[in-house]
Amino acid sequence: MKIAIASGKGGTGKTTVAVNLASYLAETRPVVLVDLDVEEPNSGLFLGAEATDGRDTFKMIPAWESTTCSHCGQCQEVCNFHAIIALPDQVMIFPELCHSCYACSELCPTSSLPMQPVKMGRMSWLSAGNLSFVESRLDIGQEQAVPLIKQTLAFVDERHAAVPIRIYDCPPGTSCPVIEATREADFVVLVTEPTPFGLNDLKLAVETMRHLDKKFGVVVNRQGLGDDRVEAYCAAEGIPLLARIPNDRRIAESYARGQRIYEHFPVVRRQLAAIMDAIKEAAS
Amino acid sequence: MKEIVVISGKGGTGKTSLTAALSWLAGADIVVADCDVDAADMHLLLQPDFARAEDFHGGQVALIDQDVCTACGACAEVCRFDAITPGNDFYAVDPISCEGCGYCPRVCPTEAIVMEDRLSGQWFVSRIRTGATMVHARLGIGAENSGKLVAKVKNEAKRIAAEQGKEFILVDGSPGVGCPVVSSLSGADFVVLVTEPTVSGLHDLQRVHELVARFRIRCGCIINKADLNLEVTAAIGEFLTANNIVALTELPYDEAFTRAMVAGRTIVEENDGPLALQLKDCWEKIKQTA
Repeated sequence: MKIAIASGKGGTGKTTVAVNLASYLAETRPVVLVDLDVEEPNSGLFLGAEATDGRDTFKMIPAWESTTCSHCGQCQEVCNFHAIIALPDQVMIFPELCHSCYACSELCPTSSLPMQPVKMGRMSWLSAGNLSFVESRLDIGQEQAVPLIKQTLAFVDERHAAVPIRIYDCPPGTSCPVIEATREADFVVLVTEPTPFGLNDLKLAVETMRHLDKKFGVVVNRQGLGDDRVEAYCAAEGIPLLARIPNDRRIAESYARGQRIYEHFPVVRRQLAAIMDAIKEAAS
Repeated sequence: MKEIVVISGKGGTGKTSLTAALSWLAGADIVVADCDVDAADMHLLLQPDFARAEDFHGGQVALIDQDVCTACGACAEVCRFDAITPGNDFYAVDPISCEGCGYCPRVCPTEAIVMEDRLSGQWFVSRIRTGATMVHARLGIGAENSGKLVAKVKNEAKRIAAEQGKEFILVDGSPGVGCPVVSSLSGADFVVLVTEPTVSGLHDLQRVHELVARFRIRCGCIINKADLNLEVTAAIGEFLTANNIVALTELPYDEAFTRAMVAGRTIVEENDGPLALQLKDCWEKIKQTA
């Protein structure tokens, strides 16, 4: 089962839920935790061990062969992303704009734009007992998260095919990186906080999950803060409320130190159990 | 005209609450731009009137004419995004997967495929409670090109600021280090980094600062919830000194921010105590440094 932990708003506790849920489940069975928030991956900070094994990841970018180019200018014309400019005497390529669609390369009449790998980030992994962890981080200056998320998911599919439970720590927001991170998930956990910002962004996330036709439920983090409009919204929309993690400064302090909070707060452990029970029920 | 961009790397550090507070303090002297188009929240505190709304078309999407398609499969063969679903009589495009590259229509032997502009959001020009103009946007669900929408919002804010003779544009940026953030940073004169003393707050601050440093933009930092972990706050302080980042202010962990948010107001309207004074000083410091 693939469980994606997502949220519209950043900083609501996605990583907290993902790491704690994965570690909690790993007490009794094999689990893979995958950090797909490739722009700002944080899950690894809470595992108490460095993911030392890894490899660089690449995306394919055209490279200009000046000797064979006939300067017809077609490459610039076919590129919908303005990643190629064909000047009278040279072709300029802007790798950060390229989506690796191969159109310029394969349609070039003189085959003067062969695709070549360019580094975009790094994938690392570690295994400790029942818990396997995979994270990817985008190189600073790289703008597109989607190709790296795709490669990471493909890697996990291959390497951890036999592991029955996968937890994905997703990027925030509702745009293309989130779509990519959640599209293969069997269930999506939307983490929110009971505040106007939390509610506003939860509504966007719910709209996104409905658009993708996903099964999903909500975890309210820092319950007791703010107001009760998130719970009223979930009730009115018939969205399952999977768990409530209380607002407690000591929990925030524990998180700040890099701890897995369920190991220190029994109330959190109970909520993790409730999340799994609710997912099993909702998914069946 | 100076452009001040507030970003945080990590979400939930208080970036939007603080940007709204600074907007309130700046009054009518500025134009406000909400470039966190993916999960825009600042309107909940500044209550813009949505006076002008425009559709935003960013990118394209392929569309196959079922009557013309011969199901030859040439399109699916060239598509690198697995966006084309084969069928017996005709093929179809999955608009969620399609990145709008325009390769498939070029190989379709029957010219069954057209590229259509994709409606990927809306942008607005509003008046907020301070009398200032705010430019903001809403990205469509699952849309790409948030970077382009950010650029649109910023350019519109710049145009209005020039027209109104305003001295500053205050921009609420987006989280992360990818395309919307790069777009938020382009053309900025000063960057305000908002962080919190958690292991992830520090980690994300370092990554986003690496990005800002590439743009060679001067920056300052607000440490929010500074008393949550004094050790990490000290580590952040060292990082700021080592990288020549102006330490703007350290704010306490205070649920007054949430109470103000629930009331639909900025923290400086709700609180006239030390917190408001600190933020006033902070805004003066930002103006002077920028």
